Amino acid sequence: MADTKLTTALAAAKAEGRAALIGYLPAGFPTVDGGIAAINALIEGGCDVVEVGLPHSDPVLDGAVIQTADDIALRGGVKIKDVLRTVAEVAAAHPAVPVLVMTYWNPVDRYGVARFAADLAAAGGAGCILPDLPVEEAAEWRKAAGEHGLDTVFVVAPSSKDARLAEVTAAGSGFVYAAAVMGVTGTRSAVGNLAEDLVARTRATTALPVCVGLGVSNADQAAEVAAFADGVIVGSAFVKRLLDAADPEAGTAAVRALAADLATGVRRK
Amino acid sequence: MSELNLPGTQVPDSRGYFGAYGGRFIPEALVAAVEQVAEEYEKAKADPAFAAELDALLKDYTGRPSPLTDVHRFSAEAGGARVLLKREDLNHTGSHKINNVLGQALLTRRMGKTRIIAETGAGQHGVATATACALFGFDCTIYMGEVDTQRQALNVARMRMLGAEVIPVKSGSRTLKDAINEAFRDWVANVDSTHYLFGTVAGPHPFPMMVRDFHRVIGIEARQQVLDRTGRLPDAVVACVGGGSNAMGIFHEFIPDAGVRLIGCEAAGDGADTPKHAATLTKGDPGVLHGSRTYVLQDEDGQTIESHSISAGLDYPGVGPEHAWLKDTGRAEYRPVTDRAAMEALRLLSRTEGIIPAIESAHALAGALELGRELGPEATILVSLSGRGDKDMHTAAEYFGLYDDAEGTN
Ligand SMILES: Cc1ncc(COP(=O)(O)O)c(C=O)c1O
Repeated sequence: MADTKLTTALAAAKAEGRAALIGYLPAGFPTVDGGIAAINALIEGGCDVVEVGLPHSDPVLDGAVIQTADDIALRGGVKIKDVLRTVAEVAAAHPAVPVLVMTYWNPVDRYGVARFAADLAAAGGAGCILPDLPVEEAAEWRKAAGEHGLDTVFVVAPSSKDARLAEVTAAGSGFVYAAAVMGVTGTRSAVGNLAEDLVARTRATTALPVCVGLGVSNADQAAEVAAFADGVIVGSAFVKRLLDAADPEAGTAAVRALAADLATGVRRK
Repeated sequence: MSELNLPGTQVPDSRGYFGAYGGRFIPEALVAAVEQVAEEYEKAKADPAFAAELDALLKDYTGRPSPLTDVHRFSAEAGGARVLLKREDLNHTGSHKINNVLGQALLTRRMGKTRIIAETGAGQHGVATATACALFGFDCTIYMGEVDTQRQALNVARMRMLGAEVIPVKSGSRTLKDAINEAFRDWVANVDSTHYLFGTVAGPHPFPMMVRDFHRVIGIEARQQVLDRTGRLPDAVVACVGGGSNAMGIFHEFIPDAGVRLIGCEAAGDGADTPKHAATLTKGDPGVLHGSRTYVLQDEDGQTIESHSISAGLDYPGVGPEHAWLKDTGRAEYRPVTDRAAMEALRLLSRTEGIIPAIESAHALAGALELGRELGPEATILVSLSGRGDKDMHTAAEYFGLYDDAEGTN
């Protein structure tokens, strides 16, 4: 498989002997331009990869924090074209940093699978994470993504049996997203023991990097996960900083500071 | 339509597709649980003990078979067409929902799970689920949109009486769609102990097939009852369609009977051409909602559009995938019925026959009135009377001004 922006960025972190830091924020939150500034701040603070969320009316896999952000973005009128503009502006400002889109399937389906892949690639996007599109339903997307040089990151879960893990990891590229707690998105106080086992079982099926998302919110947790994973994915904690901020500038600064703190966590030996 | 020759066996395919509709659009975390449901259901289907236990429950607990009632005075208003009601309102708990619930409750026990969650709109699925949980000794949590907990307050009290926890859902439109979202969130977090007892023929495979199968008894009984009563098949079968379970249940046995029209009545709220309706098949477009590909009320960005209906059970911007397929193949027709037409039909059946229907079922009655006037006195129309109207008396009292010192809004 050819190198992509995503594989290159993850390999660079590995070459430094550390896990990568992957940050998530929804587009259009608190506004389209405010969202772009916040995602740029993720990168300035130290994220190696960013995921831009496409806000959805029915975010069934998300907890209260991301639901609230999606709601604010949608009430602000965010459209798919705004999400693509967000990707384009972030990618232009940080040409070496892979920008992924994380979205529920229906918006892509409705927009047109081939059209979405083409427009995402044209915006400088590196790939997609589609958490409600299991591999069985993903053939059309994978074909379109392949034609446009986009990576498709599939999710695995603690409930995935070993044979299933092999099917999922064989279909994906870039990295494998280990959603390592059973439940919706949201910060959690303890890392728990499901994650390390899931990473080990996943690694047994693939050479792809395995990155873990489980509600990490501080440097200590990031360090704990970084000790056994190739990447640490953080979403709700960043969203919460924006939600709690007095104004958008303060929110952007808080996001940058949290990213910097987490970046020390993934480098801790 | 050769693929429609036999009921049951051809659709869905092994991946849960009815033509272009259905499938399984779920997060990886739920794949193992949904596969377990599918596998256990296949095993149960092959196990005579499962069928025997379900049959006994349907007979001795639910009170099946449900009667078929000729409604002569109502028929006079339906262009003189002979209208026959399949009385699912007389089932224990007051609607068709219990048929599916008992089937899935037995399945839950087979899977060794001890907790059941469900969504509910009108509260009838929630009541049926709470009932089965009481009977089987399962923990029970019901998600219900906050708007619906208010307009179907009687059913909230019934569920709590039965020992269920009822959680009002405050997100989104605070109706059935959002209750389903919240139930999925619970399931992802508690899947080891918990079965999601889905209440209609939507959701990921195998739910559309399995829920249909548990409701097939409605059509199997009704087809024979109509033959026995009238000596021939009906000209049309009419049912309301929210997610579509009572309609699939009564339609299914008639699918091979090419001369029998199958007519689903969707909630049109203020009118299918206004912004306030729930006429998914009439006005929606193919997309993915709650785990399957089907018609969805959505905007050009794939965001769900909120539905509106006076009927909580039909107030849903999606629909079961088998209905999407029946629509596209032309085997079934789907018509919009406004709030006003449904409420008029509710009052008419009450006053002419002494039967107060659920507002959901009143949509089918309104469809039958319209169809009877089209077809005339030679026609026989079988209607699914999916539930009784006790739960709707507050809404009806406000609508018609039935409380002392109150004026109706209509
Ligand atoms: C009496 C009654 N009929 C119909 C429905 C609609 O469901 P379905 O379309 O699945 O039959 C409901 C749902 O709450 C109901 O309570």
